[in-house]
Amino acid sequence: MSEKELLVRKIENGTVIDHIPAGLGLKVANILRIEKNNSSSVILINVDSKKLGKKDVVKVENKVLDEKEVNKIALIAPDATLNIIKDWKVVEKKKVSLPEFLEGVVKCPNKNCITNSEEIPAKFWVEKKNPIRLRCYYCERVFGKDEVI
Amino acid sequence: MSFTGKDIISIIDLSKQEIEEILKEAEKMERLLKEKEKLDLLSGKILANLFFEPSTRTRLSFATAMQKLGGEVIGFEEIGTTSLAKGETLADTIKVVEKYSDVIVIRHPKEGSARFAAEISEKPVINAGDGANQHPTQTLLDLYTINKLKGRIEGLKVALVGDLKHGRVMRSLAYGLAMFKASLTFVSPVGLEFPEDFTREIVEKFDCEIIQTDNIASGIKNADVIYVCRIQKERFEDAYEAEKVQKSFMLDAKTIEKTKEDAIILHALPRTVEIDRSIDKTQKAKYFEQAYYGVPVRMAILKMVCL
Repeated sequence: MSEKELLVRKIENGTVIDHIPAGLGLKVANILRIEKNNSSSVILINVDSKKLGKKDVVKVENKVLDEKEVNKIALIAPDATLNIIKDWKVVEKKKVSLPEFLEGVVKCPNKNCITNSEEIPAKFWVEKKNPIRLRCYYCERVFGKDEVI
Repeated sequence: MSFTGKDIISIIDLSKQEIEEILKEAEKMERLLKEKEKLDLLSGKILANLFFEPSTRTRLSFATAMQKLGGEVIGFEEIGTTSLAKGETLADTIKVVEKYSDVIVIRHPKEGSARFAAEISEKPVINAGDGANQHPTQTLLDLYTINKLKGRIEGLKVALVGDLKHGRVMRSLAYGLAMFKASLTFVSPVGLEFPEDFTREIVEKFDCEIIQTDNIASGIKNADVIYVCRIQKERFEDAYEAEKVQKSFMLDAKTIEKTKEDAIILHALPRTVEIDRSIDKTQKAKYFEQAYYGVPVRMAILKMVCL
């Protein structure tokens, strides 16, 4: 789908997160805390997509995602693509991918896990990618993505 | 393979070969214990026994094991007398204690606490129970006991009976037994089964067969080993219902009449009502012998990680 059809202007610099499953665009925007970003952001919901039928798209101006943000997006939208925009052009296009090990990305939902009482980032082994199953490195409990996001 | 400096945090960190090596060393320790009163293998070494939660057997058997090896023991058994009561973090406690000792044994109510302590400490850390998560040395002594009394683990029919959902002992043990290809029957009241994820994981990982039942009579009938754990009343909302379930899962002289003649009954202790005292006198009751094996097994572990 072209930018004209989307009725949303291109961004000069920043990141476009594409191929987000429909309905999860707001969650991605929350992960990126777009409200804290001084530049403009756009969330497109239920856009027609050849690949997904319907999809959401998030555009964030003047922001390059860090590794933790990318990993967190991969948790909820494993097929999302990132388009890095510089001077109005896509200079890099990549698929998000979930690493084998996540550190400091999400909190452990187990209230009795040591990570929720000492000042340490939660860490997870990604045991399965489809459906996502994460094993807490510390308390060893296994969680689905809905429990950690 | 060397265990020197290794942390013993979870049964899932250990390979079958490593477990076999620990069990072999424990056998040696048991022999040495019988031959000589006191050894000096760990003379000059100090064990820090950090018990943030109460324990009798685990704490005392670690202390006995260390002393039998000629080492010394420092530590505490309740946080009321420590700096933790003043708000010190676990991280700070470990940083200090590792300077005083050569090996740290920790029991703590938070899950993952032992692994966290191991990250901080340069000295080996042994998990003596972290919340509802793991109790690996109990599993090692359970495997040692079963192997000692039955001559093998592979192919044995083992029934795990009681509240399988909340206890760390049963979870670690089921994992260890599955690794050794025992044939497992999980006997628990409805709602107190192992989490589905856990059962699926061990079936997939070790290709073992598992039977799940809430009928204690049929669950233990053909078992070679009946391993019982406590059903805690506080897990139920209704006290009457709790008592009813406890009673239906109680082993007494009559229940065990219908088990195999050479079946053995184990329990990590302490018990409440789940094993009637009339069973203690029978040939099948092996839980006190099992508690004794905690000493040689923990001696083996301490020796292996310290030397």
